[in-house]
Amino acid sequence: MSDPKSFPLPSDLTVVPGTEGAQAAYPYYTQFVPEDDGKFWFYNSMHFPEPMHHFDMITAEAAYVALGAFNTRVHVLPTAKGIEHRIINGRVYIGGVAVTDPEEIAERVGEFQQRAFYYYEHWERLYDQWKVKMKALIADAQALPRPVLPDYEPLETVHSGKGIASNHALLDIYQKQIEGYHRMWHHHFEFLLLGYGAYMTFFDFCKKAFPEISDQAISRMVAGMEAEIFRPDEEVKRLARRAVELGVDRHFTDEMDIETVLAELDKVGNAGKEWLGELETSRNPWFNVSSGDGFYHYHRSWQDDLSMPFAALPGYIEKIKAGTNIERPTAQLIEERNQLVSDYRELLDTDEDRATYDQLIGLAHRVFPYVEGHKFYCEHWYTNLFFNKIREFGALLRDHGFWEREEDIFHLTQYEVESAIIDLMLAWGVGSEPRGPSHWPAIVAQRAAAIEEWAKHPTSPALGAVPDVIDDPAIVMLWGITRENLDSWLNEGSEGDPNELKGFAACSGVVEGTARVVKSVAEIGRIRQGDILVCQVTNPTWSPIFQKIGAAVSDIGGSMSHMAIVAREYGLPAVVGTGSATTRIKDGMRIRVDGGRGIVTILEDEPVLEDA
Amino acid sequence: MSSVAWFKDVGIADRPTVGGKGGSLGELTQAGIAVPPGFVVTTSGFETFLEALEARAPVRARVAVLDPSDLGAATKLSEELRRRVIEEPMPAEVEQAIRAAYAELSPNGEPVAVRSSATTEDAEDASFAGLQDTFLWVLGPDQMVARVRECWGSLYSIESMTYRLKHAIPEEGVAMAVVVQRMVDAMCAGVMFTRSPTTGDKSVITIEGAWGLGSAVVSGEVTPDRWVLGKITGEISVRDISDKHARQVPAEGGGIHEVANEAAIATQPCLTDEQLMALREVGRRIERHYGKAQDIEWALDQAGNVLLLQSRPETVWSAKDAAPIAPVAANPLSHVMNIFGGRK
Repeated sequence: MSDPKSFPLPSDLTVVPGTEGAQAAYPYYTQFVPEDDGKFWFYNSMHFPEPMHHFDMITAEAAYVALGAFNTRVHVLPTAKGIEHRIINGRVYIGGVAVTDPEEIAERVGEFQQRAFYYYEHWERLYDQWKVKMKALIADAQALPRPVLPDYEPLETVHSGKGIASNHALLDIYQKQIEGYHRMWHHHFEFLLLGYGAYMTFFDFCKKAFPEISDQAISRMVAGMEAEIFRPDEEVKRLARRAVELGVDRHFTDEMDIETVLAELDKVGNAGKEWLGELETSRNPWFNVSSGDGFYHYHRSWQDDLSMPFAALPGYIEKIKAGTNIERPTAQLIEERNQLVSDYRELLDTDEDRATYDQLIGLAHRVFPYVEGHKFYCEHWYTNLFFNKIREFGALLRDHGFWEREEDIFHLTQYEVESAIIDLMLAWGVGSEPRGPSHWPAIVAQRAAAIEEWAKHPTSPALGAVPDVIDDPAIVMLWGITRENLDSWLNEGSEGDPNELKGFAACSGVVEGTARVVKSVAEIGRIRQGDILVCQVTNPTWSPIFQKIGAAVSDIGGSMSHMAIVAREYGLPAVVGTGSATTRIKDGMRIRVDGGRGIVTILEDEPVLEDA
Repeated sequence: MSSVAWFKDVGIADRPTVGGKGGSLGELTQAGIAVPPGFVVTTSGFETFLEALEARAPVRARVAVLDPSDLGAATKLSEELRRRVIEEPMPAEVEQAIRAAYAELSPNGEPVAVRSSATTEDAEDASFAGLQDTFLWVLGPDQMVARVRECWGSLYSIESMTYRLKHAIPEEGVAMAVVVQRMVDAMCAGVMFTRSPTTGDKSVITIEGAWGLGSAVVSGEVTPDRWVLGKITGEISVRDISDKHARQVPAEGGGIHEVANEAAIATQPCLTDEQLMALREVGRRIERHYGKAQDIEWALDQAGNVLLLQSRPETVWSAKDAAPIAPVAANPLSHVMNIFGGRK
């Protein structure tokens, strides 16, 4: 008998030496305290796979403020309240708050039924209303002006009797933006748990009726066809088609420099200008998609970095010219889905089961558009606007000597940013020099070094005693954490083939090829036809390059992650959530991806030499 | 009633005269499934033969009075009766019918398989000893006739006789049909379950296979490759490729023998994805034809064509009561309470 393994306690973790200052700068309410040893925590590597910049921590905070409020007090989930979070070494640990008192649960059941059921019953109306709210929120964010400080207030301020000077606008814009970000997260969680819950109810039923059914088959029965998240890719296809129609397609090659292409198109006459016009049409709003999950400021959007859509253009253009149909066969997909639903129904044993099945698939189809669609508005579009607005403050403060680079602002917490803004407001008004330039550069340097250091230290996937069962529906649904996962985490590294990585089987099919380890969207251009994409976090907005690759592997993600959904749609073999693909697989290695079993095998240790 | 019936002329309803195996192969042939051609030596052929034996000395009466607990007596009787079945002359009408059918089936002496085909449901289910005789790669008419006699003789094995006595099965009705079928020189072969043998899941098809003849898989001498396929989706959710150390192949002069697999092919999957899909398609067709889950034996010939060797209704899971998974709710929303934990 070996010793029962267990995760370290929070108090066993130590702050990486030399980073104590950076650790202390996270808000007091996110620091571990001794009482936290009594609770089970896990590392939220799904949403926050890398050490967090101090500013980016607002994403965790705003999300948990809203998630907690909806679970605990709006929908009133019977057995679970919100999610607590703690930060150590830049890593976000989270833990659920369970309701265990039977009386309290009973009381909450009553509340939940009249609240959640109301949502389900009026889903379409409330969701339509949701889109209106979200679009208004986005419009508000877009309307916020760029923060500027003139030498003298414009005469207009005087003539109009405005009575407010420009430095006040800085605080106003910043606070409105912070407020908007929090509001967005409330909207985000208005439907999410209920949507996942309805989906999971159908999922559970299928698993009972068909014990060996794959997650993929279930999600294919539920998947919607018109989700906004497919639209950016559709726009890239449209641009490819327009390039061919306008006769400017020769400008798009695998080796192109985007700035040069844009400049050339501007010069080649009407056709080029017309295409540039089409590009603008597509960009707003459809290129407001983040190349990551949108949780880090450096997950830039297509809008800000055209690498992703441009990497896809040559391939699409080639296919169009070869007469290959690149359209999404929506009608066919819907027909396939309906066929699938009716074929599985036929296998059920009793009329009773068929009746329940009909009820559950009906509910799942009603709620799923939100589950698929919300990300475009929340994590992509709004988050992109938000981080770009903060970036504008970063530039303003840089121009006033607070730091060297616009991006340095993200090394400050949201409260510190506000204090730096007030410092500048004071100095501008007073006519003195701000204190920031002598205060922040050292702190920025210290935190940049800390992030770099933390990234070198892997962190425990969980902390504290493992509970017997994980029955917090939010944790199961959002993070896919089950008792089985935890046991496998505990056993990690103690068994298995060193050349084999396991993950979620996202989309079946076996493919061998050359691994292309892509760490950021900037490297997209290195991908060649047939390569296997290996990346940290895959994202639906990477879908335009799916036409080029043979398979996809990611460190993070579950079988219901958007990446998995899109891979299935493209029929692209994929294994997600391997944990360590980008560190264990080296660029150029030959690997085999078995998407049906969720296994990636390294076939040759030595990277294959590339041609030329 | 004739001593011989061709597959194409019989169906599952003919079980009393052609046995379960013969009836099923006939049914599949009629349904347009690729089954290697063959014929059945019917129970009528057996009865005629047995009458000839009884005319010389009693057979059934001897079995009926046997004390099943007296192993010595049973052994003696079994040896005697089996020897008579194998050695005593066969009525000319029966032997000529069998040999004529064989000449038509294997005009150039093509190898055949000879298998017993039991007529009663319980004999089929109870894989009780002796009744499941199979002789592979049988060459020439004489060998073939000898193997038919051996199948008949298996009715008088110790296990078979004592089983009938213990279960009070009257000797009068006991008969045996024998299937004679053209043999496939299989590249690979195995079994297919249209309902999961481990969970009873009707939405998946489990396929097991190994190199060479299917006998290696059925007898359990080689650990087969194993795949689980979505019956509806076709996705392959499990691929267990095993180290198939050996395969069974035809032996010179008839019969089969085992040869070692070279390392290069031992760990190679014996089926491609396309072949898996072709098998799944056949499995679905057969299941649809019978309206219930099937356990199937299949082979791929050297050209890669899928051939069906046998199909039996699945019995283990079908015997269980189909209880509803979740009661129908007046309000479908109450099902979500299972997820949100209000109902424990």
